[in-house]
Amino acid sequence: MYVMEVLLGITGKDFTIIAASKAAMRGASILKVNDDKTRPLNKHTLMAYSGEAGDTVQFAEYVQANVQLYSMRNSTDLTPYETASFVRSELAKSLRSRSPYTVNLLLGGYDPIKDQPQLYWIDYLASCANVPYAAHGYAQYYCLSILDKHHHPDISFEQGMKILRMCTDELKRRLPIDFKGVIVKVVTKDGVREEPYEDDKQVLAP
Amino acid sequence: MASGYDRALSVFSPDGHVFQVEYALEAVKRGTCAVAVKGTDPESQVVVLGCEKRSALKLQDTRITPSKISMVDTHVCLAFAGLNADARILVDKARLEAQSHRLTVEDPVSVEYITKYVAGVQQRYTQSGGVRPFGISTLIVGFDPGSKEARLYQTEPSGIYSAWKANAIGRSSKTVREFLERNHKDSMTRDETIELTIKSLLEVVQTGAKNIEIAIMAPGKTVEMLPGEDIEKIVEKINSEKDAQAEASASRRGGQRAAAGDAAASAQGPEQVLAQRPAGEGSGAPPE
Repeated sequence: MYVMEVLLGITGKDFTIIAASKAAMRGASILKVNDDKTRPLNKHTLMAYSGEAGDTVQFAEYVQANVQLYSMRNSTDLTPYETASFVRSELAKSLRSRSPYTVNLLLGGYDPIKDQPQLYWIDYLASCANVPYAAHGYAQYYCLSILDKHHHPDISFEQGMKILRMCTDELKRRLPIDFKGVIVKVVTKDGVREEPYEDDKQVLAP
Repeated sequence: MASGYDRALSVFSPDGHVFQVEYALEAVKRGTCAVAVKGTDPESQVVVLGCEKRSALKLQDTRITPSKISMVDTHVCLAFAGLNADARILVDKARLEAQSHRLTVEDPVSVEYITKYVAGVQQRYTQSGGVRPFGISTLIVGFDPGSKEARLYQTEPSGIYSAWKANAIGRSSKTVREFLERNHKDSMTRDETIELTIKSLLEVVQTGAKNIEIAIMAPGKTVEMLPGEDIEKIVEKINSEKDAQAEASASRRGGQRAAAGDAAASAQGPEQVLAQRPAGEGSGAPPE
């Protein structure tokens, strides 16, 4: 069922937007309508996850603890690229174990040294790709075409939010289930913040 | 001399001593001094850590040489006295436990918890075979998550831990502790606390500001390392206060004699040297 969960990521000139659906689902039921499928890893990295119910949080918290331990031990934060490499290697290890994690991730961040936003698309098979925009699950089918058409590396934050709105509207129109809207978080050079996002408005199918 | 009872760690001497642990305490006494003072101003509590820095060799890069003050988690800070290499291992274990605690119970550690853990590790190394105790004492300071109350604990190689208002460990820690006992007040402000920490360190640090390191912790904030210039300013202030006091008491003793001495002194010009000299050092002779 986790292909119905929505994860979206959009980078722009000086920011990365991460959006994750708020519905926690099990089978045909929705258990919770304000679920936060993201974890901040350090000041400049945010991880959004979807997948098998127990695996997701377990894996995300494991990664979070290790990234924070690295910061304490070396008094410096891992960059988004380094974090993505760590996550990928952990998933690759897990994939070849007796009980692999079934977790798909988007790793959004801002590299304060290179001064540029970063986004990594990672799946449970331990593929990892640095991309300008990304989606997981069925959202890929609906959103990638919109992002293909409208995205540009130099877009401003407002334009980014506008494209995100187009994506979430399309998802509401086309996805067969209600994913209860999205939580939106933004990573900039100042860190991670939550962006208020209105998703009560009704969107009608054509 | 110790008649063989100091060979194996986990063996008592007939009079109940574990010699290796006592030798570890000796290693602590030879380590550079570390001080911690709680400032319990009811408005906003702080806790200040002060360390004596060993004077660096000419070619040493002090900028990236590891410090004796290290963070265990964002809200807990640790300073040690004794063997640097042993401390690295112990600090790393503490950091791992701090993160592991977050992962398992979704809460940051309390200062008491991590102190108990550090002391527990130190104790374990006094009772197992094939190991030697950690040659360090630690001062662990910080604020419990969500709390505004400053915490200060000490651990020893034996695994003892204790809570304090202010304490010192390492070389001449007795002198410093006695100084703290004389000068510590309840509800000191942030500035008073920093000043008391530096004053107490100047009792034993010969070379003044450049060999002192100060860390300040406040509730809900990350640690703040006091910049060198600020320490210098406070040291100068303390020294000038001391000089003023000395002059006042001298003039009380006999105005004429002191004035004559002053005139002679300023003619030769050793006054600047006096101003530079850190407080509390009696002779003023160059260290050697």
